[in-house]
Amino acid sequence: MALEVGADAPDFGLLATPDQKVRLSEFKGPVVLIFYPADWSPVCSDELSMFSAASRMFHDRNAQLLGISVDGPWCHEAFKEQRNIAFPLLADSNPKGGVARTYDVYREDDDTSERALFVIENGKVVWSDVSPVGVNPGADGALRAVEALS
Amino acid sequence: MSEKVHLSIPVGPDDHSRGPLDAKLTVVEYGDYQCPYCGQAYPIVEQLLSTFDGSMRLIFRNLPLADMHPHAEAAAEMAEAVALQGKFWEIHDALYENQRDLSDASILRYVEGVGADVDEATKAVAGGGPRQRVETDFEGAIRSGANGTPTFFVNGVRYDGSWMYEPFSEYLSELLDD
Repeated sequence: MALEVGADAPDFGLLATPDQKVRLSEFKGPVVLIFYPADWSPVCSDELSMFSAASRMFHDRNAQLLGISVDGPWCHEAFKEQRNIAFPLLADSNPKGGVARTYDVYREDDDTSERALFVIENGKVVWSDVSPVGVNPGADGALRAVEALS
Repeated sequence: MSEKVHLSIPVGPDDHSRGPLDAKLTVVEYGDYQCPYCGQAYPIVEQLLSTFDGSMRLIFRNLPLADMHPHAEAAAEMAEAVALQGKFWEIHDALYENQRDLSDASILRYVEGVGADVDEATKAVAGGGPRQRVETDFEGAIRSGANGTPTFFVNGVRYDGSWMYEPFSEYLSELLDD
């Protein structure tokens, strides 16, 4: 079971590029955490492309999008560049899936994470959703959750 | 997320529509003119329209993913400008049939090819109306839970199955039999 609404959102520091770390607690406004199984897989690519296309709608509401998968920072760099993704992709690779575990969305069976979305504000989970791994959830749920905050 | 995902902007008189208004099946496609999957879906949708002739209505709305497809927005805006001259489906078809070349100059050739007034269409685009329309479609797509291009909604519910001809037509047949 993924962390539920009202739970404390565990803080973390993860590489957003091979030499730049990002901490969850650095962000003042709402944060949308987009856990996805892996760079390059077709469903993930569609999901992230949709969030990327919708990033302006989140930005207008001062919300920060952050993608997270167990891939390393170099892999993320190549993926991000090829797909033109407009927000940071964080490397949950050391230890593998360490952050996914703290949000209870690690998949032991295949060493990846669930396809899970969390909206976090002031250190608390205010909305979450876990989709079947093969189904791209779209950005509507997270957007409504962010809008409900303002 | 197992619950059904619903279209948040209902089909209305401003939509680009083909097929009878009272059709039992209303298929809304959110598409991107430069997206290769939409290009692949284009003849399939044509085939579905012919199979379900009289029972299916098709609505097309814009979902250009500009980060990946640099010509998608310009193509969508020009299609909306040509729609103001009553030739939406003609330019829609021409853009998909010539998807490999959507440079600005080529798009103008397609506009001319469908018998639309190029100057008038160019002026309409410059006036900003088509851009507004594309942006409104785009926001509606995001709010409806569109999850890639193309995304189809059938009778207001997101269709998460395969849009290849066999599975899609099977699904539509089942709805028709209900």
